[in-house]
Amino acid sequence: MSDALARRDERDLRDTMVDGSELHARLAKTWGTGRGLIAALSTVDHKIVARRYLVTAFVFLFLGGLSAAAMRIQLARPENQFIGPDLYNQLFTMHGTTMMFLFAVPVMEAVGIYLVPLMLGTRNIAFPRLNAFSYWVFLFGGLFLWVAFILNIGPDVGWFAYTPLSGPQYSPGKRTDVWAQMITFTEIAALATAVEFIVTILKQRAPGMTLDRIPLFVWAILVTSFVIVFAMPAVMVASTMLILDRLIGTHFFNPSEGGDSLLWQHLFWFFGHPEVYIIFLPAAGMVSSIVVAFARRPALGYLPLVLSLIAVGFLSFGLWVHHMFTTGLPQLGAAFFTANSMLIAIPNGIQIFCWIATLWGGKPVFRTPLLFVLGFFFIFVLGGLSGIMLASVPIDTQVHDTYFVVAHFHYVLIGGAVFPLLGAVYYWFPKITGRMMSERLGRWNFWLAFIGFNLAFFPMHLLGLQGMPRRVYTYQPEMGWGTLNLLATIGSVILLISFVLFLWNVVSSNRRGEIAGDNPWDAGTLEWATSSPPPPQNFDRIPLVTSREPLWAERGPLPVVGGLAVDMRQVVVGTVTEARPILRESSPEPSIWPLFAAIAVGGTFLGSIFTPWAVVWGSIPVAITLIGWFWPSGSPEDEK
Amino acid sequence: MKAHRLAEDLSALPTYGFGTSMTMWWGTLGFCALEGMGFALAIGAYLYLVHVNAQWPLADVPPNHWPGTILTIILLASIWPNLQAERRAREENLPAVRRWLIVMCALGALLVAIRFYEFTQLNVRWDQNAYGSITWIILGLHAAHLLTDLGDTAVLAALMFTRHAKGKRFSDVEDNAFYWYFVVGSWLPLYLLVYWVPRW
Ligand code: HEM
Repeated sequence: MSDALARRDERDLRDTMVDGSELHARLAKTWGTGRGLIAALSTVDHKIVARRYLVTAFVFLFLGGLSAAAMRIQLARPENQFIGPDLYNQLFTMHGTTMMFLFAVPVMEAVGIYLVPLMLGTRNIAFPRLNAFSYWVFLFGGLFLWVAFILNIGPDVGWFAYTPLSGPQYSPGKRTDVWAQMITFTEIAALATAVEFIVTILKQRAPGMTLDRIPLFVWAILVTSFVIVFAMPAVMVASTMLILDRLIGTHFFNPSEGGDSLLWQHLFWFFGHPEVYIIFLPAAGMVSSIVVAFARRPALGYLPLVLSLIAVGFLSFGLWVHHMFTTGLPQLGAAFFTANSMLIAIPNGIQIFCWIATLWGGKPVFRTPLLFVLGFFFIFVLGGLSGIMLASVPIDTQVHDTYFVVAHFHYVLIGGAVFPLLGAVYYWFPKITGRMMSERLGRWNFWLAFIGFNLAFFPMHLLGLQGMPRRVYTYQPEMGWGTLNLLATIGSVILLISFVLFLWNVVSSNRRGEIAGDNPWDAGTLEWATSSPPPPQNFDRIPLVTSREPLWAERGPLPVVGGLAVDMRQVVVGTVTEARPILRESSPEPSIWPLFAAIAVGGTFLGSIFTPWAVVWGSIPVAITLIGWFWPSGSPEDEK
Repeated sequence: MKAHRLAEDLSALPTYGFGTSMTMWWGTLGFCALEGMGFALAIGAYLYLVHVNAQWPLADVPPNHWPGTILTIILLASIWPNLQAERRAREENLPAVRRWLIVMCALGALLVAIRFYEFTQLNVRWDQNAYGSITWIILGLHAAHLLTDLGDTAVLAALMFTRHAKGKRFSDVEDNAFYWYFVVGSWLPLYLLVYWVPRW
């Protein structure tokens, strides 16, 4: 490396020159967000952005849950008059779209944004301004969808908006445009965070955290991010084509002008199936963290667990056609995708065996987080079994578009993602807020959720086998589906109550919960080495990692590295495989520009559904805000 | 916060570097990967439409390839000045970096102008049929890259004439040059698709 590179300003204050509370206070000032509205809107602290992401995603969970409750009330008995067909169409579309795009994916990213930098022992995520931008874009996309729904222009073509139904001919008006642009918003947000994760994980790990010492949750986020990078562009391309078909008269999906409706399905499911794993893989990472902490021993089969994550990531791209078995594909094609669909059960199975073996060989402590993990095992395995059934073309042909499928995907989505997520909230809540959640309420929460869930969704398998189609707003009494539907509705209400209880537990524990301390579960990974909640700088000095569970290996004082600046934001950047430190790179300070850029981008998208010229004129404010964002302000972070 | 003991001093590490040592390089690579995936899917969609239509192109005459061919030649030639900008940035040679950035801006503006002309020479409108639609979207997708890179390069060039033109800015110049290779490389398959597949 040249001398010019090694040259440095000798006057700057380093963390080797100060110590103790002075160091802590100075770093907190350097990395802090400041007071006031402008400061709050300018923050780039990953913990604050993640908290906003979390709260917003949970609000969307409740909105999605309320739309589900409305649907279940309507279906509770035959020929019910609670909701008419048009509103029902909007409701299932809003429910599916909200749950997938505004809750499940963002919430997993939110947990990652909070935890990944802490688990890696760094002070902020890579590209923190992009991170702030991604939150704003996500928020605007979600608001856009729900405000449209309130104005009675909520989309009504299902969460996968099949053409030709969603095309200009069968869906005139703005409803589907809203859907298509909301996709663009949320995918931009997700792609931005994926790139941040990849770079943070590859480059900003604490010195000594070689690839085989990366916490399993972080591995899961890394694999998920790669899946996002390669899957999400498909839905962006698809939704752009759809909106062009609708707004400026292109013919991508119009068979009479050389287009093809199945092109939509291919593009959508090329994204849509990996999407399921974008939701499930981080949840698997949460399960690993919880299992290890509560089994009180390192994971049994760290390597197989990591390899399974990677295998699932790859295989998830070979499955999309299994959503299209009934579209008349060539036989050989269908056989290939069946084989692949069954193959993916293997790495998933390996993970489950590793977790069970870890618990078996440990001394498990059955607290609420672990209860949710056990609930996950049960429900997810059942969902996997109905999945294997669906992977076979003859069965799929029979039950396609029935409630059997609705049952299946709620078993995998709620079992595979929501249960681990709730466990994760109980597990990491003390880190985020400094207080424990109530264990008593937690147990009630778990049992109500578990019983309510199974009561709500198990009957749907039977309903599907009896032929009840999905996406119908009512059914005739002669069909004999009344009792099972009533049961499902009762289950949904119990499930809903469990969520209210959860909310109550969060709110009340946040105020009055028992003080947690740094490491209430005596867990081994780095996020537990700092205080709860962590200070703005995360760590006063960057840890030096010597093992996979640093806090279990180093029961005495933690070894750390020094030499970073105190009065400006600096992070340690290392090599990709060994995490050998090579730079003290500066990290951007807060800025209001990401918010402005998000407003400009959002306004452009919004305008584009009214006139294509919005894209031309909108590019001007977008360009201005981006220049504002990147132009150096003269701060030390910008100049060194 | 857990008690700690100092085990290693990183004071001597530099605050910036070039290429793979910086986070920005990896971020750029990440965006290249996801945009490249977007191109790959657009190519897939094009070939899919070729496959489902008995006749291709769905127009009497294929696009006039000359504007596209000239653009391709200039794009390929631009690799050399781009390489110069990259190398001079690594040497932190400010006057040379300024010069080559201006050259790259001029080339970028020329390319954007040619690209606009290309649209008029396609012999098909976007709303005529699916062939027109996919041809326009592919050209448009790449045009967006030409435009944003021109914007980036212009801002960076302006920046190099201010007091901020030091230290890690040189690394930014290098990353900008790196992205240009992606813009050039991703065009080559698109060029074949847009201009030569209809002549097959
Ligand atoms: C909170 C409890 C939930 C209940 C009671 C519930 C209920 C329902 C019902 C009744 C439908 C079928 C509507 C129909 O076909 O007529 C449905 C569809 C759907 N649900 Fe849920 N759901 C819940 C949670 C979730 C979650 C957490 C997710 C995703 C993470 C999800 C994703 C979906 C999707 C993607 C659809 C398909 C929508 C469509 O057909 O376009 N649901 N849900």
